[in-house]
Amino acid sequence: MKFLPLVLANLGRHKRRTILTITSVALALFLFASLQTVVTTIAAGANFGSAHRLVSTHATGIVFPLPIAYANRFQAVPGVQGVTWANWFGGRYGDGKRFFATFAIDPKSYLEIYPEMVVPADQKEAFIRERTAALVGKHLMETFGWKIGQNVTLQGTIFPGDWTFTIRGVYVPTDPQIGDDVLMFHHDYMEERLNRPGIAGWYVLKIDSPDHAATIAKRIDEQFKNSSSPTKTGTEQAFNASFATMWGNVSLLMGTIGLAVVFAILLVTANAMMMGARERTREVAVLKTIGFGDRALFGIVMLEAGVIAITGAVIGLGGAKLLYKATHFSGGGFLPGFDVKPSTLVVGSVVAIGLMLASGLVPAVRAARLPVVTALRQVA
Amino acid sequence: MSLVEIRDVHKSFQRDTQRIDVFSGITLDVEEGSFLALMGPSGSGKSTLLNLIAGLDKPTSGTVRVASAEVSAMKPGQLAPWRARHIGFVFQQFNLLPVLTAYQNVELPLLLTRLSKREREERVTLALGVVGLEDRVSHYPRQLSGGQEQRVSIARAIVADPTLILLDEPTGQLDGKSSQEVLTLLRRLNDEFRKTIVIVTHDAHAAERATSVLHLEKGNLIRATGVPSLRASGEPAATIAGAR
Repeated sequence: MKFLPLVLANLGRHKRRTILTITSVALALFLFASLQTVVTTIAAGANFGSAHRLVSTHATGIVFPLPIAYANRFQAVPGVQGVTWANWFGGRYGDGKRFFATFAIDPKSYLEIYPEMVVPADQKEAFIRERTAALVGKHLMETFGWKIGQNVTLQGTIFPGDWTFTIRGVYVPTDPQIGDDVLMFHHDYMEERLNRPGIAGWYVLKIDSPDHAATIAKRIDEQFKNSSSPTKTGTEQAFNASFATMWGNVSLLMGTIGLAVVFAILLVTANAMMMGARERTREVAVLKTIGFGDRALFGIVMLEAGVIAITGAVIGLGGAKLLYKATHFSGGGFLPGFDVKPSTLVVGSVVAIGLMLASGLVPAVRAARLPVVTALRQVA
Repeated sequence: MSLVEIRDVHKSFQRDTQRIDVFSGITLDVEEGSFLALMGPSGSGKSTLLNLIAGLDKPTSGTVRVASAEVSAMKPGQLAPWRARHIGFVFQQFNLLPVLTAYQNVELPLLLTRLSKREREERVTLALGVVGLEDRVSHYPRQLSGGQEQRVSIARAIVADPTLILLDEPTGQLDGKSSQEVLTLLRRLNDEFRKTIVIVTHDAHAAERATSVLHLEKGNLIRATGVPSLRASGEPAATIAGAR
């Protein structure tokens, strides 16, 4: 601690350089934390899903719809306690640049099957009752400053035209993986406007016991095997995991980019540290003359690298944690529960320590081994 | 009693393929409490001799003893703490750390001790008081004149109360007035505080303030003034003249 004023004074010698170096480290660790959080959020999404819910989609792929008539036939399968359906809408808001997740749902059955979406009773009733009503996640409401009763117009991208809904309810998820950046409206209304009654994007089934999941899924798929719209049924968790698998390469890419960014910044930091140490050759020689030993000088240079790395880490990792928490970022509803995990902070801190060691080691060893007389003669 | 004992020291450098002999068997004693000036033309080995005494450089052969410790035999790990305890060094170019205040510069050697912050503060204040700069504690080197910088440098050299103060051309960068101030200060350190001082200088006025003067030429001690015992390169001891 006695050497801290000396270390801080050295760092203050070229304030702009020090600030830029710390900013580089902070930015690198911010990006690292962000990309890593994308990966952990996708992984968490893959693990989300009630064991009491099955998802049934078209066997060929989720983009192919299923007939709405399947609802009654699903309901008739032993062990199925409830059925609901939904459709991806995909609209834009405002100037057409604001995008968030939008679903057309069957209001009553959907809210019954998803008790994790908490809606006040009066709002729930109003949403179910009104054909053009919308149910909006709490954070989405806050993001746009919407109020209950307000009309919201979306520009359809898959289903063209202006779609105006009246916000009648706000939901708060009890599970962060549900996300609260989603707008939902009546499936009936969408079908009516599109003049294509009887189409659903996917079905969600509530079953009596997780132990029956495989049997029920098999029975359903066999039932529609030879129809024009065969089904693929599985647990909700498997359904979410299949999305995560689609993200798989993206996760790898993000992890790789994160490490590449950190490595690039490591080179920048190491260069700045070496430049700083080289400029101070005379001073290191003077300190040695005064009596500073190799170990003390090694420690001082490493401490300088440590101050840069730790300050950068606090700003970068802390900034990422606070920013995403404060803004409730969810990637437009695609990354619900986006939050920098403690494990990411730990890994980020380890990366920062690695950064300190890698960038400080060479100049520190150089300072420790500097021959005094030669150094004094060179600069004299 | 000799504080510094240099015995049959040889020192040579290798420059490319050429071997340069700086000293070929120099022997010298510096008495405790003396004020010795080393004079001579450039390249005569004055600074090398100072570096050998300070343990910054090692002789090719021979021994250098300071306060009974054989400096020439010490390992690098032993030299640093020994220097911190026994040597105060003053450079021609002051070599203050520009990012530190006068106070912080003077405090540097004390950071290597176990003194408390309060004790360090007392010593730094005392040292700056001795050099007459107690009112410049929070000034940075760039805010000081050359003479003031050198006085801070001297305060840094004396703050840990070293056994020996070594100065390499301390007035080389100073104007006449500042030089006189620094030399008066050195004289006072020798007279009042009984500090043993070895100064390398080209300046005849600086040498006049010393109690003894040694002249070096091509690594040989060719003439001495006021040196009680001197044997250089096999020559007879130099005559003692002009002793203070």
